[in-house]
Amino acid sequence: MDASRPLAPAVGGDEVAAARSRALAFLVRRDRYRLAEGLPWIAAIAAFFIFPNQMILGGQTLIMILFALSLDLILGYAGIVTLGHAAYFGLGAYAAALLITDLHWSEPFSGLACAAVVAAIGGFFSGLILLRYRGLALLVLTLSTTIMLQQFGNLFRDFTGGYDGIPGITIAPLFGRFHYDLYGHTYYLYCLGVLFVASFVVRRIVYSPFGQALVGIRENDARMHALGSPVHWRLVVAYTISAAVAGVAGALFAQTNTLVTLGVFDFDQSAAVLMMLILGGAGWLYGGFVGATLYMVLQNELAKLSPEFWQFGIGALLIAVVLANRHRLFGRFARRVRALGFGAKP
Amino acid sequence: MPPVANTIVSILFDGLAWAMFLFIMSVGLSVTMGLMGVVNLAHGAFAMAGGYLVITATAKWGVPFLPSLLITFVAVGLVSVLLERSLYSQLYGASELDQVLLTIGLTFMVIAIYTYFYGPQPQSIRVPSYLLGELHLGDRSFPTYRVFLIVVGAALVAVLWYGFEGTKIGAMIRAAVDNRRMAQSVGINVDRLFTMTFAVGSGLAALGGGLASQLLGLTPSFAVIYLVFFLLVVAVGGSGSVWGTLAGALVLGISDTAGKYLFADAGSFVIYAVAVLILLVRPAGLYGRE
Amino acid sequence: MTAPALEIEKLQRSFGALTVANNISFALPRGGRYALIGPNGAGKTTLVNLITGRLRASAGKVLLEGDDLTALSQAARTRRGIARTFQVNQLFRGLTVLENVYLAIGERTNACNRLWRSAGKETAVLDEALDHLESLALVDDADKPVRELPYGRQRLVEIAIALAQRPKLLLLDEPAAGVPSSESHLILDVISRLDPDITVLIIEHDMDLVFRFASRIIVLVAGEVLTEGSPDEISADERVRSVYLGERREDRHG
Repeated sequence: MDASRPLAPAVGGDEVAAARSRALAFLVRRDRYRLAEGLPWIAAIAAFFIFPNQMILGGQTLIMILFALSLDLILGYAGIVTLGHAAYFGLGAYAAALLITDLHWSEPFSGLACAAVVAAIGGFFSGLILLRYRGLALLVLTLSTTIMLQQFGNLFRDFTGGYDGIPGITIAPLFGRFHYDLYGHTYYLYCLGVLFVASFVVRRIVYSPFGQALVGIRENDARMHALGSPVHWRLVVAYTISAAVAGVAGALFAQTNTLVTLGVFDFDQSAAVLMMLILGGAGWLYGGFVGATLYMVLQNELAKLSPEFWQFGIGALLIAVVLANRHRLFGRFARRVRALGFGAKP
Repeated sequence: MPPVANTIVSILFDGLAWAMFLFIMSVGLSVTMGLMGVVNLAHGAFAMAGGYLVITATAKWGVPFLPSLLITFVAVGLVSVLLERSLYSQLYGASELDQVLLTIGLTFMVIAIYTYFYGPQPQSIRVPSYLLGELHLGDRSFPTYRVFLIVVGAALVAVLWYGFEGTKIGAMIRAAVDNRRMAQSVGINVDRLFTMTFAVGSGLAALGGGLASQLLGLTPSFAVIYLVFFLLVVAVGGSGSVWGTLAGALVLGISDTAGKYLFADAGSFVIYAVAVLILLVRPAGLYGRE
Repeated sequence: MTAPALEIEKLQRSFGALTVANNISFALPRGGRYALIGPNGAGKTTLVNLITGRLRASAGKVLLEGDDLTALSQAARTRRGIARTFQVNQLFRGLTVLENVYLAIGERTNACNRLWRSAGKETAVLDEALDHLESLALVDDADKPVRELPYGRQRLVEIAIALAQRPKLLLLDEPAAGVPSSESHLILDVISRLDPDITVLIIEHDMDLVFRFASRIIVLVAGEVLTEGSPDEISADERVRSVYLGERREDRHG
């Protein structure tokens, strides 16, 4: 590289080094653990002690957070919009369920691993074909394939239990020692542990050069092709990982709910996780935490009044969030979040 | 008539009726999407509202069925103008995701409101007696109401054909769908055109809802249950195209009916399989561009 | 004799009845400075798209240093050593200048295949990125989002990304386009200092730039090569004059 005649006036070696390290500061320090990142975990543990009677809701919320986190990778970071993410949640749920009821293997962590593998396989093959599409075509393709998956599940109802589902999914005690109570305490801590590990993994991926490439694909797909990026392969990998994480969430659901039905594939599920992620904000890793908690708590409270109340409320909230984003009302908050180094710039 | 031919006739007839319903419901959505690039998932809510208005008009106000359909077309069309000016206009240029979410949110709100006032039980319309019963053609009989639906659909196709190909406004709409900026630069007021198209499209959805209640039953969830099919029709046909919507509706409507006739419950996957196959080969739809 | 950096053989591209590239053939020896000129709509950007693979040819061949790239995708051709800038900047506007260049290097070196290591720990990539930024005096802007830079400096980032790909062949599509005249010297300076080992093809309308920069000029009109030659030959060519005379008159009247 010919740098013999620099454009800028000559500067001393120290100043050059200082300018260089200043330039790098953002990127180099981006993935350092910040104090604020401990908040979700502190809150989750606090909830355990403050709301001991709400631990079943708590567990379901943690599962939804994990599900939303999986979607954040492909939607928030890679910018791919789909309407069928429930497919992988469902595949994981059924894999975990059948491992216990058909293969009689009830160790919980192997159930998660099995679910992750099955969902990843589903994600890999569907991603291979579908990720060549975008826009309305992709929305309809993902929506349709998930519905068909659900219908095939019903076709083989001897195997899957059809819409009645598979009951009696009981997992063995955690680590052979911790049993499960009726209040969901052990389940909650189990889900929290899994969520913690999954967050750690996703966080590393997001801050890696691969994660940077995903953001590049989201920001300017044409440019990435012109940089020689194997865009389709990057997306397939991200989608497969996203599916695996969604599958783990599904497995947790099956294990803690003890019943799995084909309802896990419902469009409502894909729509709900999408809403949760957007409510909290996509593309900064913790949007799922905020959004899913907000959604689940609101649902719990408002549905007590009436189902219509909840439906009206969540609809209004969605409209408010979208409009607020359009008018950049969250701009200042978003900028401060970025300044803390959370996630890539949206 | 030999049994195979009989089945084919049944499939074609029922498929055609279903396709006409899909067409009436989806054509507004397609043109709206093609004209302004707005994915309006609340389209089903307009249909549902239309259905309820027809029920209220015929049951409570004693308005006959056919005029009620006209009233619902006009009334919902007008209401949609208000919504367009206040809410949808903020979506122009927004990302697809934003549009999907905002219109889903709107749909939920509308469903909640209607559930509150009408309750979740299915409602049916008192349809005039001349539309009930069966028509006899040769040795076959066809339900009159479905014939009526096909006739209305065909009439609508004719009206739209004339409207799009034969009038100045139709030409302007086609120009604006093709290239909005160019249309604006030759003086076409695209915004007003869109409001008008949106109103007609929503009115048609309401009309479809009113027509369909007799066949499908009406609950507030109507807004989302059939939304999937409208999206399929628009995507398969190609957004922005009336002919595309017709083609999509026919292909999907008839294959759906065929699937259910031939495979019973298992046949409900056929419509999705056909949609997926078509989109894999032609992602922009049958009549879509780029 | 070594194979030319770029060789185009009977390149053809049609959209139905419309032919945008008709039987184009030429060869660019290595290390040279070349210009592609022609009136608006002649198909210059289309030709660049055909060379880089953004557009698939209907017929013909594209050879890079003797290797036939015609069957390869855009990304594959890039990895073989073709880099381009776009007429309108194609940058990652929401990302910082450093992240933009980082991506170019990361993709080239396959660092972007790594999903466990932190991006900030790829010191080789970071050092190289800074080197590129230094040579273009962009270091002070490194952590600014690209969209906050004035257009002229954004155009520099566009060039920085192309250079960060360490190409054998560099295609610059109207590099000075849209840059205010107060900033255009930045671009021109960079172009004049480009590594002599890189073969450079510029699309330009600015004739001063073209005559100063290029040793060989190809004239494209209506999708076909009208002629090619040295700057002297081209400026003396009557056909070229008549093709441009009409255009210049239009320019004068705005």
